[in-house]
Amino acid sequence: MADRTPLLSVTELSKTYLSATGPVEAIRSISFDVYPGELVCIVGPSGCGKTTLLKCVSGLLPPTSGTVTLDGAEVTRPPATMAVVFQEYGQSLYPWLTVRDNVALPLRARGVPRAERAAVVERALEEVGLSHVLRTYPWQLSGGMQQRVAIARAVAYQPEVLVMDEPFAAVDAQTRADLEDLVRRVWKDLGVTVLFVTHDIDESVYLGERVVVLSASPTVVQEDLAVDLPAERDQLGTRALPRFTELRTHVYGQIQRAKRGEQVGAA
Amino acid sequence: MLSETVTSMTTVPGPVAPEQAPRARDGVRATPRGTGPRPSARPRSRRTRRAVLGFLGVLGFAATWELFALAEVVNPSYLPSFTTTARRLVAELGEPRFWSTLGDTLITWALGLAIAVGAALVLGTVIGLVPFLRRATHSTVEFLRPIPSVAIIPLAVLVAGLSREAALIVVVYAPFWQVLIQVLYGIADVNTVARDTARSFGLGRAQRLRHLVLPTALPYVITGFRLAAAIALVLTITSELVIGNPGIGRQIDLYRSAPDAPGLYALVLVTGLLGLLVNLGTRAIERRVLHWHPSVRRETPR
Repeated sequence: MADRTPLLSVTELSKTYLSATGPVEAIRSISFDVYPGELVCIVGPSGCGKTTLLKCVSGLLPPTSGTVTLDGAEVTRPPATMAVVFQEYGQSLYPWLTVRDNVALPLRARGVPRAERAAVVERALEEVGLSHVLRTYPWQLSGGMQQRVAIARAVAYQPEVLVMDEPFAAVDAQTRADLEDLVRRVWKDLGVTVLFVTHDIDESVYLGERVVVLSASPTVVQEDLAVDLPAERDQLGTRALPRFTELRTHVYGQIQRAKRGEQVGAA
Repeated sequence: MLSETVTSMTTVPGPVAPEQAPRARDGVRATPRGTGPRPSARPRSRRTRRAVLGFLGVLGFAATWELFALAEVVNPSYLPSFTTTARRLVAELGEPRFWSTLGDTLITWALGLAIAVGAALVLGTVIGLVPFLRRATHSTVEFLRPIPSVAIIPLAVLVAGLSREAALIVVVYAPFWQVLIQVLYGIADVNTVARDTARSFGLGRAQRLRHLVLPTALPYVITGFRLAAAIALVLTITSELVIGNPGIGRQIDLYRSAPDAPGLYALVLVTGLLGLLVNLGTRAIERRVLHWHPSVRRETPR
């Protein structure tokens, strides 16, 4: 891995919000690299600035100091090679557009010709198992299906990096399991690099090739952990592995320490 | 007394938010349009019952009027019976002059409404998108908005004489503020996640305006339009009565001085029917344009 150059580098990133009551330090200093084709999960206690981090990474929010580099270029605005899936699918999908038009909108804005657009959209919806709801409106679908539409929109955008901000925090447990497997499949099928933020420890271990554990606010990287589980994962088998239990217990312990404010040196 | 009612009706209230239904919750599966079971017979029978009740209400009103007139509670030359008025209304409908008068009213109304809505849309969008302009105009808007349209009739006559132009100034004034406020609030209502989504997918300013900001503002604009249409109608009739430009309002005043009570009452009924039609029309437009909006869509079981 050391011989490769990172695709995405977060270097000593910090963010302090200026509010009426004074500055609020959301992130103290975060550094980590993501290599091409990796699936990295970021997990941390609630309120540790995961969303802030993601907004900085995706160029939606300027950091106070530090840098985010994608493909060697500093990110100062949303990069064209990055797609984001937000937690709030109900607000992220536009209710006035059909499923197809929602998925097609970024391509339309980019000037992709109509015929090509239709083909790409259809393939993307097929990838997430929703090719039958083209003309439906997102609000006519269940929460899980809506998030699939949002994933299809990101897939159709054909990004190098897919960034997901707690995408399954608002769906029920069974749907969540299906969507987790969907993310693994999309990652493998498309060879895309995935940065997946979650507060769910099991989810981070089940999904990730690597887990970056964040500390409590003011946030630093608590640990950067490689997940040495088999590449083929399934909800029953993988979660029953002793190694899975070890890893999740380890991450859980780290988060508990993080909550108590104990700093364990970053790996 | 008339002008008092008009005044209270034509001062512009604050912004009216489109009705918000709670967002679909997780796991709640809405029925896709057209594939799920049709709404059961229950709502349809409810609709029939409502129509019957509405009809009974109208019948009750007519009967009360008839009894009042027959009992001669009021001097019959001031209050003709309902049947006399209704017969007169039918007779009016056969007169070409009635239709040209109605046409005058409708032209003033439509022209005034179009100018008000058009100007408010353009100005509202520009002001709404530029924070500096929004702050700079806020207090002026809040000062000008509550001035009743009727209060500027003398000013309008002074500027444009006893003409349709003067009437248009009056008809445009209140609806303009009504729609402007709605546009401003609509544009300010863009959801942050929706905006982040658009930005992260590389939509530029113009594309965000077209695909996000304007659709977000649309429910507000439609609500403003519906209110503005009704206000503009009231103001059209008022200006015809007071300024004397051709139209139903002036005809009402002519019948008053004739004196021709049945004609007067028949035309008042016409203005009521006009208001009803305008409301039905704007509601239909609302349902059509906002079929995706929580206030209109019905598919979600609740």
